[in-house]
Amino acid sequence: MTMVTIEAAKAAVKAGSATELAERHYDLIAAEDGPNGKGINSFLALSRERALAQAARVDSGEVTGPLAGVPIGIKDVLTMVGSPATAGSKILEGYRPPYDATAVTKLEAAGAVLLGKLNCDEFAMGSSNENSAYGPVKNPRALERVPGGSSGGSAAAVAAGFAAATLGTDTGGSIRQPAAFCGVVGVLPTYGRVSRYGLIAFASSLDRVGPFTANVADAATMLSVLAGKDPLDATSADRPVDDYVGALAKPVAGLRIGVPEEYFGEGLDDDIRAAIERVLDRLQAQGCELVKVSMPHTKYGIPAYYVLATAEASSNLSRFDGVRFGLRSKESTTLSSMYRKTREEGFGPEVKRRILLGTYALSAGYYDAYYRKAQQIRTLVTRDFLQAYEKCDVMIGPVTPTPPFKLGEKTDDPLQMYLADVYSVAASLAGICGMSVPCGTTRDGLPIGVQVMGPHFGESTMLRVGLAVEAMQERAV
Amino acid sequence: MSAVSVEEVRRVAELANLELTAEEEPRMQHDLNAILDYIAQLSEVDTTDVEPMAQVGAMLGASTDFDGAALRADEVRASIDRRAVMAAAPESDGRFFKVPKVIER
Repeated sequence: MTMVTIEAAKAAVKAGSATELAERHYDLIAAEDGPNGKGINSFLALSRERALAQAARVDSGEVTGPLAGVPIGIKDVLTMVGSPATAGSKILEGYRPPYDATAVTKLEAAGAVLLGKLNCDEFAMGSSNENSAYGPVKNPRALERVPGGSSGGSAAAVAAGFAAATLGTDTGGSIRQPAAFCGVVGVLPTYGRVSRYGLIAFASSLDRVGPFTANVADAATMLSVLAGKDPLDATSADRPVDDYVGALAKPVAGLRIGVPEEYFGEGLDDDIRAAIERVLDRLQAQGCELVKVSMPHTKYGIPAYYVLATAEASSNLSRFDGVRFGLRSKESTTLSSMYRKTREEGFGPEVKRRILLGTYALSAGYYDAYYRKAQQIRTLVTRDFLQAYEKCDVMIGPVTPTPPFKLGEKTDDPLQMYLADVYSVAASLAGICGMSVPCGTTRDGLPIGVQVMGPHFGESTMLRVGLAVEAMQERAV
Repeated sequence: MSAVSVEEVRRVAELANLELTAEEEPRMQHDLNAILDYIAQLSEVDTTDVEPMAQVGAMLGASTDFDGAALRADEVRASIDRRAVMAAAPESDGRFFKVPKVIER
């Protein structure tokens, strides 16, 4: 199993053709992704016709760009004309969206060959990809273990070399955590940096679109294609886009690296702790200054997140009612029973659980105690970050408290599953950017990711530090 | 805060247009109580005079546009073909969504 970099994909296009490269990737997916191969189950649908048409345009020279001919996969919560969009849910089975997500449009305009749609937790709700209505994804680095979630298929497809890059989405950790579990690079851009037009919404104040890649330079390339204001997304930021690729050339010496003490407390796996400390030591050796910082509200991140995210989800998911798209229950004779039965049949248990929790938190008598309180805590969590960034340029911590767990290990206990996000939700609440970079393995050979967290719109500095972390791994090998 | 009863689970399910099966109800009741117990730690934090935060934009100083100054020009633009939208519906006559009758007698 070899990962494919964007550079390698472009070299393959040059040596042969984009069409040949796309066919090779489809052959590999056919051989390894399905039940007759390793059963990784990362792809839910292949968009062969669209991919080969784009490959032909690249081969004829009609389409050029930084991703010309590069095979890329799309998480199945983003719309793409010609392919189903299920969001990992039965309730959208058979739905074919009539428009492209802006991220999809941008990738294709940059020359990308879009291979198909990738498995994920239902409506991006989960940390293991076991909540998909279309079966779990296996971690290509350890087939009996989860790839993380919710963008499990996106992380696995890059780790397995099925695609050179993929799109995922991150609401509470859904890019960074699976990237760490699968040993790939995953970037959570700043809130507003990448358009969400065409994203099936889970929690709109938190949802973000970002890339998975084999290395940090490729993440910079992907981000430079994806970032920018989109008139179709009012929440996209009207700010100039940095030169992310150019920024990688700058050395890290002199940068102040924040080390948040709350990210190194009880519950952190020993091997992960040692790997992160090794990263910090080496950054210091390269001339970075390590600065101890404190973010005292970190522990309230998970409870605040699960109030706010579920409250928003309960509202966003009300559109799935059997009227406009996807499933409609055949068991009903009236409108109200049609709504209820469609949602009963169409939603899986975790989605129902979160809709119930969110509806409860917003209901009369509980709004102030839960929803308003969680919004106030969100302010405090965000202030923690703003204050910390007065003393440092980026922060470093673990992505996950544990290495990838076994399939089925946490499925009976939703709260245990939620705690897998303990180091990722705070950045989600605060809207800052973050990334996971591979930094070695546990003694059992399981991937470890280190989280580099940058301030709002601080992607350039974050990627620079990410590159330094990656380079030190290669030197250590 | 007191534990959520099975009646409350049913009431919230009704608010959310969900219909839980007899097997789902006790499971959801158990899970909701476990999660709400965990969430109760939010009450430890003194949030007197702390502004609630809906999303990060306001805190970054992005001005909230109440007078519409940042709206796009009001010009006619092509939108998605209605036929393509209606084709994705479970039941449609091509112009309207069809649903079961609304009023029961």
